[in-house]
Amino acid sequence: MNINLTLFSQALAFAIFIWFTVRFVWPPLIKAIEERQKQIAEGLAAADAGRKSLDTVAQQVAEIEKEARKKSFEIIEMHENRAKQIIADARDEAHAKAERIIAQANEEAQHEAARARETLRVEVGNLVVQGVEKILRREIDPKTHVDILNQLRKEL
Amino acid sequence: MTTEQGLSPTSYINHHLTQLTHSVGDSPFWTLHVDTVVVSLLLGVVGFGFLRWVVSGATSGVPGKRQAFVELAFEFVDREARGIFHGDRHRFLAPTALTVFVWVLLMNAMDFLPVDIMAWFFTDVLHLRAFRAVPTADINTTFALSLVVWLLMIYFSVVVKGWGGWVHELIGTPFGSHPLLWPVNFLFNLVELVSKPLSHSLRLYGNMYAGEIVFLLLGMWAATGLSGAFFGVLLGAGWAVFHILIVVLQAFIFMMLTIVYIAMAHESH
Repeated sequence: MNINLTLFSQALAFAIFIWFTVRFVWPPLIKAIEERQKQIAEGLAAADAGRKSLDTVAQQVAEIEKEARKKSFEIIEMHENRAKQIIADARDEAHAKAERIIAQANEEAQHEAARARETLRVEVGNLVVQGVEKILRREIDPKTHVDILNQLRKEL
Repeated sequence: MTTEQGLSPTSYINHHLTQLTHSVGDSPFWTLHVDTVVVSLLLGVVGFGFLRWVVSGATSGVPGKRQAFVELAFEFVDREARGIFHGDRHRFLAPTALTVFVWVLLMNAMDFLPVDIMAWFFTDVLHLRAFRAVPTADINTTFALSLVVWLLMIYFSVVVKGWGGWVHELIGTPFGSHPLLWPVNFLFNLVELVSKPLSHSLRLYGNMYAGEIVFLLLGMWAATGLSGAFFGVLLGAGWAVFHILIVVLQAFIFMMLTIVYIAMAHESH
């Protein structure tokens, strides 16, 4: 245990090693570490912001979806109404047409019946007149009684 | 130790505890412990060269395993510095603490080398007179470290508080700044000022030196016979395991005291 020159050489070496570490070893690594800390902090902040914007977008998406669903329901309802309207219109038109046709047919039938009745009347009149003629030929002069006969024919 | 069978226990221990000296002057003071200087310089150059090599390729992205290992040491030292010192520790204190920790740890770790094999290697292979491989078991090293820390402590005291502030602290605290109390205060502070480097250096030196001696005593016991060899080996192994703790713990304590002393110099009473 003797103090000698070694003490000073060791002290000098120690001082040099301190200087070396302070100057060349500590700063680069602490810089890298602090840079990494910054990067991590930024990454976390970015992740947070991303999560927040994701929430916003999800909310927007939900709103849009709701809107779209409402609109589609509206469209479907509108079209259903329109279809009903069309069906009703068609039914009405068909009704009207049918009535028209029936009326026309009725009219025609009546017309036909009237005509037939007329024809029948004439023919029956003629038949009656002929019959009466045949009966009266012997007693009645057709020329003198023509006006009576004609009147009769008309009345039939 | 077949070559040393004729040796007495005293000469065995003396041989192991003799420094390899080199005189550069007339008086005993001008002596250099070549073994201490060479080993400590070699460890320092290798240790700090390794750190510099890793750090110069450091990335702020995902670190490799080598960088992560160095960052662990940085983080460890930085955490201690952060807990004690409240200034800008990155400028000086934390790197100084790292220097102390790494260097003292490496020098202490020389204690792991088996004493007798090293003695055989240095005397019979390298033909040196003697060689002590543990620089921190040399009081010159521990005093050198503690004195540099002590000077830094005074330097920062003066820089932070000014000459007046430092002198005022020396004579005006802790009992009060009444002129009658100045001598008492000064005496008190003087004791503290002297005891700091002494306890700082002697703690490390004593631990490492005693560790060496215990290894040597166990080695001597092992040479006494079969049972001695058995217990010598058993206790030697136990002591070696315990020594792993001491080596790291003493390096840590030395670093902590360095931080505390320099941090205290920054704070006024």
